[in-house]
Amino acid sequence: MSGILVVIEQREGRIARISWEAVAAGQSLASQFGLPVNAILVGSDLEFLAAEVAARGLAKVIRVEHPLLAYYTADGFKLALEQLIQTEQPAYVVFPHTYQVRDYAPALAARLGQVLIGDVVAIGEGPLFTRQLLQGRLNGNYRHAGNGPCFVSVQAGAFRAETTQTGASEVTGFTPTIDAAQIRTKPSEPFRGRSQTVDLGSAQLIVSIGRGIKDAENIPIVQELAKALGAELAASRPICDNGWLPMDRQVGSSGQTVSPKLYLAIGISGAIQHLVGMKGSQCIVAINKDPDAPIFEVADYGIVGDLFEVVPALIAALESQKG
Amino acid sequence: MKIIVAIKQVPDRDAQIRIDSAAKWIEESNLQYALNESDAYALEEALQLKEKHGGEVIVVSAGPERIGQTIREALAKGADRAIQIDSGDLADLDALGVARLLAAAMQPENPDLILTGLQSEDLGLGQTGVIVAELLGLPHATLILHVEKTETGLTVKRELEEGWFQTIDLPTPAVLTIQSGGNKLRYATLMGIKRAKTKEVRRLAAAELFPPNHAAVPVVTLVQVTLPQKQKSTQILSGSAKEAAASLVEKLKFEVRVL
Repeated sequence: MSGILVVIEQREGRIARISWEAVAAGQSLASQFGLPVNAILVGSDLEFLAAEVAARGLAKVIRVEHPLLAYYTADGFKLALEQLIQTEQPAYVVFPHTYQVRDYAPALAARLGQVLIGDVVAIGEGPLFTRQLLQGRLNGNYRHAGNGPCFVSVQAGAFRAETTQTGASEVTGFTPTIDAAQIRTKPSEPFRGRSQTVDLGSAQLIVSIGRGIKDAENIPIVQELAKALGAELAASRPICDNGWLPMDRQVGSSGQTVSPKLYLAIGISGAIQHLVGMKGSQCIVAINKDPDAPIFEVADYGIVGDLFEVVPALIAALESQKG
Repeated sequence: MKIIVAIKQVPDRDAQIRIDSAAKWIEESNLQYALNESDAYALEEALQLKEKHGGEVIVVSAGPERIGQTIREALAKGADRAIQIDSGDLADLDALGVARLLAAAMQPENPDLILTGLQSEDLGLGQTGVIVAELLGLPHATLILHVEKTETGLTVKRELEEGWFQTIDLPTPAVLTIQSGGNKLRYATLMGIKRAKTKEVRRLAAAELFPPNHAAVPVVTLVQVTLPQKQKSTQILSGSAKEAAASLVEKLKFEVRVL
């Protein structure tokens, strides 16, 4: 067992912020156990990116390179990382919790008889890993037992990218053995969904609705509120899944990320997939009948009540305030 | 096409949640349960594929006695038969343990396709399908919105982050985890509910499915559940709907300054 291995995710030659957050999580684990932190990059031509990672005060940056890793496949990444982990024998492997990691890390862990502790929001003494349960209504503290590396992925925003150390790191290479026949899936180039006609990212005021709206027939009352406020209308995923509002009005991990001056969340419980898309808003107001809804954990103002009473009252109050 | 759908019964979204006395999980007495939402989409995809290409849809689920109800609902929606794994409470198993049970129950069926939801609403691990694929040595793809049968296998539409997608070609047999929203969910018809009562539900004991000397010792354990700490101090605006609305307008005007 030697140290902590942080897996950096790159997409089209760029390293996303969440990877630096994973480095920060790895460095915080390291301070608890006095272990060195190494980072790895997986791909086919990583010299430039490796130099960027090497500035973060790591013991070692490993370029895991192979022509068959030029684009992501679960099979390719599993094989490459399995070989690397068997060589390096890390005590911890830390990933950013991305769609890509969710696609291969559970299988990689299982190959090594391990279980990924996914979507971690905090690391405590022990270490005890905290992740959310029941759509954010509870936290669960998890412990890893037994021999072999402990696999952890960290949720976006849970660790601070700014806290990563600085300083030069050694850069080394690793060439896994992969045969083209071992890669069974053929992915296409990523493409955009239908053209986004609504740019919620630049909206100053957003009224957003969730399951609490109950039925497509009830949408007009929030449309009226949005109009009274001069706000854009947005929604959580289930509303768009049901086809009650178009997909390009969806806020959250699979939709748009917004940071308006005001985010008015109506009948939205606040599952993490939604929160990551809006918690950067300057002011969050939540209207929900459940006082324990996780949305109240991030709200500045809250009204606990029936939206079908509160929203009409709010429209009336806005109208009278305009005079 | 022979399709297996792994489904999970989870606490109903609107159920009141209370932490149990040992702070290990939630109080389960009087709790309402429902079919996990993305599993419902996986079942829908399976039923539509069967309608297009023929074949059979088998649902598999593990858990205590109460999951029988959710299994019947899936049969009422149109699944042909079911395998119910009597594993008691799943709390003693980690994701690998649950996937081992499911994989062992699925393997003798030799399915062409295994579908499941992308993650459960209770534990939210999002790993079961991926590990089942690994254990069965099958290719997989996650976060799938659309499945099309081709001459050699499947073409699937995968959701990526922030409104991006990609298609993936993969051979069958394969495992897919289904994202919600790809199809419109059907309701069970009265006829379906009636028929479900006579459909086969094969019961398997968890102990039969674990290989001998392979006790289900978890690698990862949930040691404690707690209420989340608030990230912000929320000002709750109380009073009647009218009063609360009036104070919110005040706040928006004078403190948030957006009016």
